[in-house]
Amino acid sequence: MLSIFKKEINSFFSSLIGYIVVGVFLLFMGAFMWIFPDYSILNYGFATLHQLFDFAPWIFCFLIPAITMRTFAEETQSGTIELLATRPITDFQIIMGKFFANWLLVIIALIPTLLYYYTVHQLGAPVGNIDAGEVAGSYIGLILLAGAFVAIGLFSSSLTNNQIVAFVVGIFLCFFFYMAFDFLSTLSSNDHLIELFGINYHYNLLSRGALDSRDVIYFVTFIFGFLFFTKTALERRNW
Amino acid sequence: MSVKVQGLSKQFGAQWAVNDVSFEAKSGQVLGFLGPNGAGKTTTMKMITCYIPPTQGQVSVCGFDTIESPLLVNEKIGYLPEHNPLYKDMYVREYLWFVGGIHKISNTKKRIDELIEMTGLELEQHKLIGALSKGYRQRVGLAQAMIHDPEVLILDEPTSGLDPNQLVDIRNLIKQLGKEKTVIFSTHIMQEVQAVCDRVLIINQGEIVADDPIDVLRQKAVGNNIITVEFKQKADKKKLAGIKGVQEVSQKDKEWQLIAAKGTDVREEVFAFAVANNLTILEMRRELSSVEDVFHQLTKS
Repeated sequence: MLSIFKKEINSFFSSLIGYIVVGVFLLFMGAFMWIFPDYSILNYGFATLHQLFDFAPWIFCFLIPAITMRTFAEETQSGTIELLATRPITDFQIIMGKFFANWLLVIIALIPTLLYYYTVHQLGAPVGNIDAGEVAGSYIGLILLAGAFVAIGLFSSSLTNNQIVAFVVGIFLCFFFYMAFDFLSTLSSNDHLIELFGINYHYNLLSRGALDSRDVIYFVTFIFGFLFFTKTALERRNW
Repeated sequence: MSVKVQGLSKQFGAQWAVNDVSFEAKSGQVLGFLGPNGAGKTTTMKMITCYIPPTQGQVSVCGFDTIESPLLVNEKIGYLPEHNPLYKDMYVREYLWFVGGIHKISNTKKRIDELIEMTGLELEQHKLIGALSKGYRQRVGLAQAMIHDPEVLILDEPTSGLDPNQLVDIRNLIKQLGKEKTVIFSTHIMQEVQAVCDRVLIINQGEIVADDPIDVLRQKAVGNNIITVEFKQKADKKKLAGIKGVQEVSQKDKEWQLIAAKGTDVREEVFAFAVANNLTILEMRRELSSVEDVFHQLTKS
């Protein structure tokens, strides 16, 4: 698993993919947080990072499927999956190696945003007037959300040998699980029950800074669920 | 017995790609897997390497069953798949490190140096795999298959697309490997089988049609014994047919084709006939059958 993990990380940073992902993410976030006056921290008047945590999931909806689309689609296309599958490692080890590598790349993209926290911390009146617990909870929520999206991306990549199909399916599934349940809940009288299935509901709860084990369990279950689907999809050669 | 295949079958849809195939491969032997395209060579190899499960039958590699303990089987096997898939964006050494890491081999650097020397990759070792020519990529493919010093090597068309010099190099390498290990390699090039293999397995439409040592196979081919002879003067067909041992006579331009019974050599009689009839022999040759003929005979549909 470690070999696969290292190989994936190497391929991100020996090609342009890693730098582009980190760069594009920071460009978007920077633009929203500091430049566009409607959302800019400087115009906002409150010492919070709400903008970051509101926009990041939307950017992840596009960016994460773009990172993960090649994971299995490329291997299937080039036939290298056959070489991996005939090594003394299990399919699940391959999936886990790839999952952690892709997740780590997204987390690396998040690290520079800590600078935003520091800036707001300094700009607050008095200095340090920001809810650190809320920010920490939000980061944990965002990292878990990224993990869920990576798992979705791996799954959609394992469905096909075409990277574009993997990308489009990935975006669709990310949006679906992020927002669709909120919209669907408005159609029904059982609105709360339906909301519970969506990522957004649990993400919002974590963003308040209340680290509830139920929300964490939701994300972990979600991630493992999709990794399991990925395994099933890879095993279809056995049918 | 390194590789033991028993009643192996694979069904794709309604078609049986491999049908009740059984054979054994010993160590110290190069087993050639011969057959026309689509005969089931690759499918059989994929089942031996645990990439796809068989519909029926069993494969055991070094005593381990492919269904029960695939990971142990994979430790024993080095595999070069058809078309030699590689990561084109990795460097040769980086790739071998990666593969060595998966196999958890000790002293990776030394092993990689050895393999690079063995496969003749010295000059290319610091290049991107994508920048290598086909022959060198094939060598990288062989190197990755051998990195963990496996007891069994499964090579699916290792020589396809190589130039004649590279062909000789790779064949020699396979032959050398075959001295210590069990090598199963598939091809549809006849000369290669004659040059490299100790034993040949001919497979056609998913079934084994021959499983013999190479010299036995050659003898099998001796069906008709054909002698082609050209005389300076005109010869009489009836008289020619009268030569002892000759069964059939036919004429092609100036050449006569004499077909003799299996296992007989009538060249002496033909010479005696020419002397007796005052004919000058310009050319006489016996057509030796090759593995190629056996192949044609066995796989003709």
